[in-house]
Amino acid sequence: MLEVKYTDVVEKINVFLSEEFEVDKSQITADGNMKEILDLDSLDYVDLVVVIENNFGIKLNSEDFSRIQTFEDFYNYINNRISGK
Amino acid sequence: MDNRVVITGYGIYSCLGDNVETVRNSLYKGISGIGLDKERKEKGFRSGLTGILSRPDLKTLLKRRQRIGMAEEGEYAYMSTLEAFKMAGIDEQYLDEHEIGILFGNDTSARAVIEGHELFMEKKDTSLLGSGTIFQSMNSTVTMNLSTIFRLKGANMTISAACASGSNAIGLGYILIKHGLQSHVVVGGAQEVNYHSMSSFDGLGTFSIREDDPASASRPFDRDRDGLIPSGGAASLILESYDSAVKRGAKILGEVMGYGFSSNGDHISNSNVDGPTRSINNAIKLSGINVDEIDYINAHATSTPNGDASEAQAIYNVIGDRKIPVSSTKSMTGHECWMAGASEIVYSMIMMKHDFVAPNINFENPDEHSAKLNISAHSIDQKINLFLSNSFGFGGTNSSLIVRNII
Repeated sequence: MLEVKYTDVVEKINVFLSEEFEVDKSQITADGNMKEILDLDSLDYVDLVVVIENNFGIKLNSEDFSRIQTFEDFYNYINNRISGK
Repeated sequence: MDNRVVITGYGIYSCLGDNVETVRNSLYKGISGIGLDKERKEKGFRSGLTGILSRPDLKTLLKRRQRIGMAEEGEYAYMSTLEAFKMAGIDEQYLDEHEIGILFGNDTSARAVIEGHELFMEKKDTSLLGSGTIFQSMNSTVTMNLSTIFRLKGANMTISAACASGSNAIGLGYILIKHGLQSHVVVGGAQEVNYHSMSSFDGLGTFSIREDDPASASRPFDRDRDGLIPSGGAASLILESYDSAVKRGAKILGEVMGYGFSSNGDHISNSNVDGPTRSINNAIKLSGINVDEIDYINAHATSTPNGDASEAQAIYNVIGDRKIPVSSTKSMTGHECWMAGASEIVYSMIMMKHDFVAPNINFENPDEHSAKLNISAHSIDQKINLFLSNSFGFGGTNSSLIVRNII
């Protein structure tokens, strides 16, 4: 299996978060608070599960999100999951 | 003491146009909104005829969360309600400071249900259906979305009464205000326009198959009618107590005089004469008017052989040989189903404001029952001070409304 580059994962995440939650990509920065910047409410996490599955074929649950504060946390979490770490 | 109930705003989004002014022009000129949907034919429909309208782009008007739970019919209803509030002079501050209710007629959200189910069959995991599917799928999708968007704090419910849904929503809003339970209610009807919602209806063989000439296919009361054409969109009206309208200096556009309803207690799809006759008579009785005061009748007539004949007899039972102009605007719109009872009040309000009776296009030859009525295939320039509007639906549900001009 080909290894996916971290920067590609970040780019892919930024694109689908920007499209799904209708925020400008420039607002998405590694140390930014994901919940605040994307203005996520409880229903939005349902949609976040869907877009992650559509883009990476992996499924997250609510406990997974409890550990994610910044976009960097999110990039790392997704990267680890798809790398099998 | 009962309140008088007035109309202070209305809006429309239909195959005749996406705003009141465009629709006024279509009504006056007798322009049909019917076309042929090739996709329906490819999928195996007996008739591909339908009202043609495009979905509004709400991206610049509403946030993502406000749009995501909204089905097609809710999008139409948002547009018509926005127009109605604007006409009524009701802004966001007024909405926040008053207890305003909402009653809409809607009886399906089939596309959302079917697409949600198809996605579930593909994913086999309910958590992958997204957050919007449930809110799009319920019959109350229109009222739950609009009450949230406009922050409405009064009565909040959907009326499902087949093709009389919109009319009954207006009638019930009228009752809430008349008895002092609400001072303002947004009322209306909405109807999705897609093959998902109409395949089983098409299967009954009740749709017109004049596919070679869509504009002539809907011909209510005409001897050679061969069925209805499904259509849709949304219509909204602002109902208000007379006192409220006067207090805030609103322009009063009409007064709801009465609401009659009945059930046939008979066949599930075939109409009869007795039920509609009682509905019309109940509206007249509640209004306290004389039949001679009616200047115009907007008929339910959908262009089906049985239904139109029954309504023609019911109308004749009530008005006799009086030559009151009768027209079915479904000759232009097709059958707007759950929305029709509300849109036809809006169409009639437009006629009342601009002094004309819209035509019953394609009425070329009467049958034995419609020959007794005064039906014109062309617009008539005349004043309307009071009109009657009928709506009838599956299960034998009937609703009639009487509205007058405020003189």
